[in-house]
Amino acid sequence: MTTNLGNVSDGTGRDQPVLTIDRLQVTFATDGGDVHAVKDVSLNVGAGEVVAIVGESGSGKTVTAKTILGLLPETAISSGAVIINGNNVISVSQSTLRKIRGRDVAMVFQEPSTALNPVFTVGWQIAEGIRAHSTDGRRVSAKEAKERAIEALRKVGIPDPETRVNYYPHQFSGGQKQRVVIAAALALNPGLIVADEPTTALDVTVQAEILQLLRDLRDNYGTSIVLITHNMGVVADLADRVVVMYQGDVVEEAPAKVLFAEPRQEYTRKLLAAVPHLGRNSASEGARGRLHQEGKILVEAKNLTIEYPGRFGRHGFKAVDDVSFTVSENEVFGLVGESGSGKSTIGRAIAGLTRTTGGSLKVLGYEMLDFKERSFRPLRKEIGFVFQDPAASFNPHLTIGECVAEPLLIHTKPGAAEARKKVGELLESVQLPASYAERYPHELSGGQRQRASLARSLALNPRLLIADEPTSALDVSVQAKVLDLFKDIQEQYGFAALFISHDLAVVDMLSHWVGVLYKGRLVEQGIGNHVMGSPQHDYTKKLIASLPVPDPDEQARRREAHRSLLGG
Amino acid sequence: MSTPQLTRPKQPLFSRLPVISHLKKSVGLQRGMLVVGVVLSGIFLLTSIFAPLLAPYGYSQLSDASGSFPTQEAPGGKHLLGTTVGGYDVLSRVIWGSQTAVTVIIVSVAMSLFLGVVLGLLSGYFGGWLDRILVVVADAIYAFPTLLLAIVISIVISRGQSSFWGGIFSCAFSITVVFVPQYFRVIRAETIRLKAEPFVESAKVLGASSARIIGRHIFKNATRTLPLMFTLNASEAILTLAGLGFLGFGIEPTSAAEWGFDLNKALADTSSGIWWTGVFPGIAIVLTVLGLTLVGESINDLNDPRIRGRKRAGRTPAPGTPAGPESPANPAEAGKS
Repeated sequence: MTTNLGNVSDGTGRDQPVLTIDRLQVTFATDGGDVHAVKDVSLNVGAGEVVAIVGESGSGKTVTAKTILGLLPETAISSGAVIINGNNVISVSQSTLRKIRGRDVAMVFQEPSTALNPVFTVGWQIAEGIRAHSTDGRRVSAKEAKERAIEALRKVGIPDPETRVNYYPHQFSGGQKQRVVIAAALALNPGLIVADEPTTALDVTVQAEILQLLRDLRDNYGTSIVLITHNMGVVADLADRVVVMYQGDVVEEAPAKVLFAEPRQEYTRKLLAAVPHLGRNSASEGARGRLHQEGKILVEAKNLTIEYPGRFGRHGFKAVDDVSFTVSENEVFGLVGESGSGKSTIGRAIAGLTRTTGGSLKVLGYEMLDFKERSFRPLRKEIGFVFQDPAASFNPHLTIGECVAEPLLIHTKPGAAEARKKVGELLESVQLPASYAERYPHELSGGQRQRASLARSLALNPRLLIADEPTSALDVSVQAKVLDLFKDIQEQYGFAALFISHDLAVVDMLSHWVGVLYKGRLVEQGIGNHVMGSPQHDYTKKLIASLPVPDPDEQARRREAHRSLLGG
Repeated sequence: MSTPQLTRPKQPLFSRLPVISHLKKSVGLQRGMLVVGVVLSGIFLLTSIFAPLLAPYGYSQLSDASGSFPTQEAPGGKHLLGTTVGGYDVLSRVIWGSQTAVTVIIVSVAMSLFLGVVLGLLSGYFGGWLDRILVVVADAIYAFPTLLLAIVISIVISRGQSSFWGGIFSCAFSITVVFVPQYFRVIRAETIRLKAEPFVESAKVLGASSARIIGRHIFKNATRTLPLMFTLNASEAILTLAGLGFLGFGIEPTSAAEWGFDLNKALADTSSGIWWTGVFPGIAIVLTVLGLTLVGESINDLNDPRIRGRKRAGRTPAPGTPAGPESPANPAEAGKS
């Protein structure tokens, strides 16, 4: 095991790096043979520095992060050096590793609701880490640990920490839970925090708060942060230096401003070009009125209400509350909102997967309020549906060809040869080779599966297509291709579409008309360009201001604007 | 349902069969357990198929050309494993007994499989009152001691008479009743889980009928755990059969050989030092159950990627040498570590 301490011994005082990774390699044993997850990674993190490791799924960024804390599973073998405070994490004993964790380096996980144990109070969970380490050679008492837990909660901006320390995780909101996780990471004042996609599971408005918190930690306490993310907006917002990874290798390393301004490597350039940028490439560019209003109205919602029944003795939950909108032929209607805003519920109601409970929803002239599966079934061939997770929306036991042929077999009953020909045509129309019909879903990549899913929904030439977060499970570069394809096909086939997404930039790229949902209410609707450019409703303003754009200078300006918006 | 053949399977059918595919992906102790299980079960199966050739005498044979068999004779000579108090040849009864056991396993597991899967799919997919009634019935059957239930059903079906098929069916039916709730529960739970999966919803959105959704999309995905349950239940079926025979509700020695029944008859011999009448049927039961359980447990472990053992990843190059990320792992070396 080589321990190249070059950078550590060269540096003096504050310039000494907090973390040095030198020629790190990680290999996993799998059923399909060895997988080299990390091939050759070297990087340094200085004191008070935020280094972002970006890359698409499978680039090895999370494995690198886990190696820093010695969290690799048994099937992995690592070599090289990961040096924190003079200790090589890869070669130290388990007991030394335990001492390093928490004291020198701590981790913030992606999903705060699973990172916290639901049966213990948050105070107990923070104190657990404090009590696991002795201070000045003596054990920390329970009382002292709790005091320090309260202090940690105060640091991360939880109001009234003396009371909240006794709360259970479910009593906090998602963003507050992430604050608690960060508080637990901070409890022992580690010099380094590894944050693995810390905001991916959160809504944009909450994400902005957490990013602000992480920035404050760096500014006030000098904590170094290794930020693992795929979101270029987050990188632009927070990072000082960026390391771009691709298939286990470092492709490029540069200060954030330099990287965004003049990326040197081809891969980085492609990655940055694929990131949707709010206000660029809008589908409603230059539109003055609502487009495509000459055709028939396909979907018409009037005071639509969808209520989920409550538990005994409680009121039901109104997922959709008094929403009115229309979707006309040829039009792409974009529906934006955060989680829980009811956007998916509306999509599912139009497809007849969720029952409406009030108001009126007319789909192709059919009143969904008195929905009967039997009478609605003939209309189903007019409606296509693209699901969020392409991996789950295909039957794993059927081939892509059989899956794409399903709608044909159900509605038109063609012969085998005819079906095969049609499937080939469909796959080619979504830019997949016809030979892919013989593959199973798991043999395709995420983007290919989503194309196949699009092919399936188009099989019967529907007049209406509902796309529920079709690209949120995909990497940016793949997302860009799928979105382009979607746009082309929509123009070619001329179907109306309801495009549901939480990503404002993505919705703006495709939609002619945009509706913003907030807690089940449609707070604003208008031409995409106008809604994004000059939002009217307070919530829309906040939503757009919270969205980080992939450009450090512009993002710094937006951040100031955001802060004044919240202050004023 | 007309489904055009759009694909050809990528691997030959043989290597995709449950036990074969598991054997291929196993290593170390897990492979050893599976191999032992497969060998024991194989011996059991072959014995039952070739019983007429292997057994020196018939299962109810009491005499041959040289006269009547001696009773309670110690192993050796003409009767390798000795004879029983009734004068039956122990070796022959043990060998013929495997045939009875296999028949009962096949009939009972096939019936419970069919019933349990169909009821589970319908109950899980449609829900409502049908589901509630079936769940209550299944729970009620669970509440009965299995052997008691088997005895009652055995009496009802055979009405005291004993023939080969009558005995087989009464055993198989009673085992079926006990097992149906297990299959029902597992398939129902899987169906309820799958019902909410996007691919089932996407089939619904396409306008597929309920029959098509159940038959084409849910059935195959819900039955993944069946090979495991089959093997585990097979061993339990043998134990129930032996228990029934031991209590005297099995098959009479004149119509078929049955290990549990022989054990029952051997009960009195133990006090007089005659060990061979009980030990050999007992060993047959133990080895058969052990074999089937080993297969089942190994399949269970191998199906779970978190428990499944793997060869270690290839060793990384020695210290000092520049690490070559492109160099492929050496499988021979990996095997050794």
